[in-house]
Amino acid sequence: MIFSAVFVILPLLLIVVYAFMDDAGHFTLGNFAKFFAHPEAINTFVYSIGVAIITTVLCILLGYPAAYILTQTRMKYASTVVVLFILPMWVNILIRTLATVALFDFMNVPLGEGALIFGMVYNFLPFMIYPIYNTLQKLDKSYVEAAQDLGANPMQVFFKAVLPLSMPGIVSGILMVFMPTISTFAIAELLTMNNIKLFGTTIQENINNSMWNYGAALSLIMLFLIGATTLLASDDKDHNEGGGLW
Amino acid sequence: MSMQQSNYIIEVKGVSKFFGDKMVLDNINLYVKKGEFVTMLGPSGCGKTTLLRLIAGFQTASEGEIKIAGNEITQTPPHKRPVNTVFQKYALFPHLNVFDNIAFGLKLKKTPKQIIGKKVKAALRMVGMTDYEYRDVNSLSGGQQQRVAIARAIVNEPEVLLLDEPLAALDLKMRKDMQMELKEMHKTLGITFVYVTHDQEEALTLSDTIVVMSEGKIQQIGTPVDIYNEPINSFVADFIGESNILNGTMIQDKLVRFAGVEFECVDEGFGENMPVDVVVRPEDWYIFPDSNASQISGIVTSSIFKGVHYEMVVEANGYEFIVQDYHHFAVGEQVGLLVKPFDIHIMKKERVCNTFEGELTDRTHVDFLGCTFECLPVADIEPGDRVKVQVDFKDIILQDNEEDGTLTGDVRFILYKGDHYHLTVSSDWGEDIFVDTNDVWDNGDHVGISILPESIKVTKVVES
Repeated sequence: MIFSAVFVILPLLLIVVYAFMDDAGHFTLGNFAKFFAHPEAINTFVYSIGVAIITTVLCILLGYPAAYILTQTRMKYASTVVVLFILPMWVNILIRTLATVALFDFMNVPLGEGALIFGMVYNFLPFMIYPIYNTLQKLDKSYVEAAQDLGANPMQVFFKAVLPLSMPGIVSGILMVFMPTISTFAIAELLTMNNIKLFGTTIQENINNSMWNYGAALSLIMLFLIGATTLLASDDKDHNEGGGLW
Repeated sequence: MSMQQSNYIIEVKGVSKFFGDKMVLDNINLYVKKGEFVTMLGPSGCGKTTLLRLIAGFQTASEGEIKIAGNEITQTPPHKRPVNTVFQKYALFPHLNVFDNIAFGLKLKKTPKQIIGKKVKAALRMVGMTDYEYRDVNSLSGGQQQRVAIARAIVNEPEVLLLDEPLAALDLKMRKDMQMELKEMHKTLGITFVYVTHDQEEALTLSDTIVVMSEGKIQQIGTPVDIYNEPINSFVADFIGESNILNGTMIQDKLVRFAGVEFECVDEGFGENMPVDVVVRPEDWYIFPDSNASQISGIVTSSIFKGVHYEMVVEANGYEFIVQDYHHFAVGEQVGLLVKPFDIHIMKKERVCNTFEGELTDRTHVDFLGCTFECLPVADIEPGDRVKVQVDFKDIILQDNEEDGTLTGDVRFILYKGDHYHLTVSSDWGEDIFVDTNDVWDNGDHVGISILPESIKVTKVVES
């Protein structure tokens, strides 16, 4: 309790307080006005969301088949392969990204937007695979049999039974990927030679330059967006009991 | 040009199924007539559900062939078979409402919308769930979910409806109601029902034909009355209803001796002085104050009121008999028992002692059941020869402590024979060992098994 009060609630409160304060410590809405007045900041914001959406969609397209194949594999190998997928999650994100930069350098791949998306997908794919794998793993086999029994061919079994029943896993995966990608800055900095700015980068720059209040206001906007996504997703989850990541 | 020479809707011929090395179905032959209500009955693990799944197509037979309506479908995937299944845990799709669950099969067949609507309504009426179309399936009770599951299957008008323990999850009252409704539905629809259950009473109530299974084999096929009155072996007798099963000797035709007394019976053709199993149902004993009419006299040792009748245990001549009667006799009362000749059921003994194949390693040691046992010196057999090893049921010693035994095994089937227990113990290598004992063991007990040297009879195998 004390731990979460000190390290979770207090920082959140500080963000709110700072966001509504000017340099002199008086209440103001100026920080938000500044954000909406600067098209540059809004553009970064919109661009970040775009990158996050593309990353999330790519992660679903790559992660779902991967998770699906893993659940179909024979038990003996499946758990090993899952660990192989999860293993990169244990390596620090900076180290992984620096390695990617070195690899791209070596292969003469130009750094930029493409490299950025690649880096994002590469870093966040395991977070998509794991919850989907979990849901598919727990999926009662009798649903598949019921669909077959009622005349569904393998394709129909997948689209009419397996896919809708694994939605909770997909929703979990989206939360796990979409939210952190909005706030990433390290990947963007390293993989685009600081040419492309994401919203996370903007926040980091402001705070690094001691513009605490503006930075806090930007963070609050981002938190609001993340909160909204979570609410939307969890609303959907109430109907489907299933094994997500939480 | 189909070969419709038979009126069987399902034909199962020589079907076996292995899971790895384990044989779960052993050469099953089963023929089901069109419109019949067939129940596969047996304890868990007897293979009944596997057989149903082979018919549904969720698994394929390792050997043999299955025909439905004259068409060979052994390898056909489930979505191309003219059968529908009601699953034990209903398996209703949680993402669809009642209507969409029932319409699932019809939509796949591209049935026109109006017809789907009509058929779903008719199916819901059939199961007594009118007006539930747009309910969320998760909000329904167990009984209601089961009705929807049945509607989802029958709406497709299958040739055969497969039901996998559909009532197992319901409470007793609900189960009784659903049994009656299923029977009604079977009459109305006129299609073939293949039903799986471990509940013998349910099987007797519902079925036209009962298939009793155990250990992957069919033990007996017959009408409920046949199965109840003429069980083919001690397993069926014990599994269906309550019974007194005792060792007996067939002295000659129509005369049998058990519990130290000779009884007239109606069976013949077993030979003279042959060991047999004798079955008498508890309700077939007449019980009265001891008199000249008594065939056996004994003392009541327990008496329980069961609603309609009393269930009493009578000890006589060292044997215990279960007796059911409307009249009450108090514990300690001296009573007489009598049974009519046609109520005595005689079954051939499947075996009279344990027989194993083995090999003599030296003069005083023999290998069988995967272990080496000490035996008494044998004369005319050379070490290395194949031998037949025989051990009486009562000479197998079971021990609580597994380490005390030469080998270990699991108690799998217990039969009370009036004055002792007859156990089937499965060794770790999967061989059956039969044991007579006065000690009380539980099904599933892990036991140590040993045999004294003087109990082992070794004879030479004559090479043919």
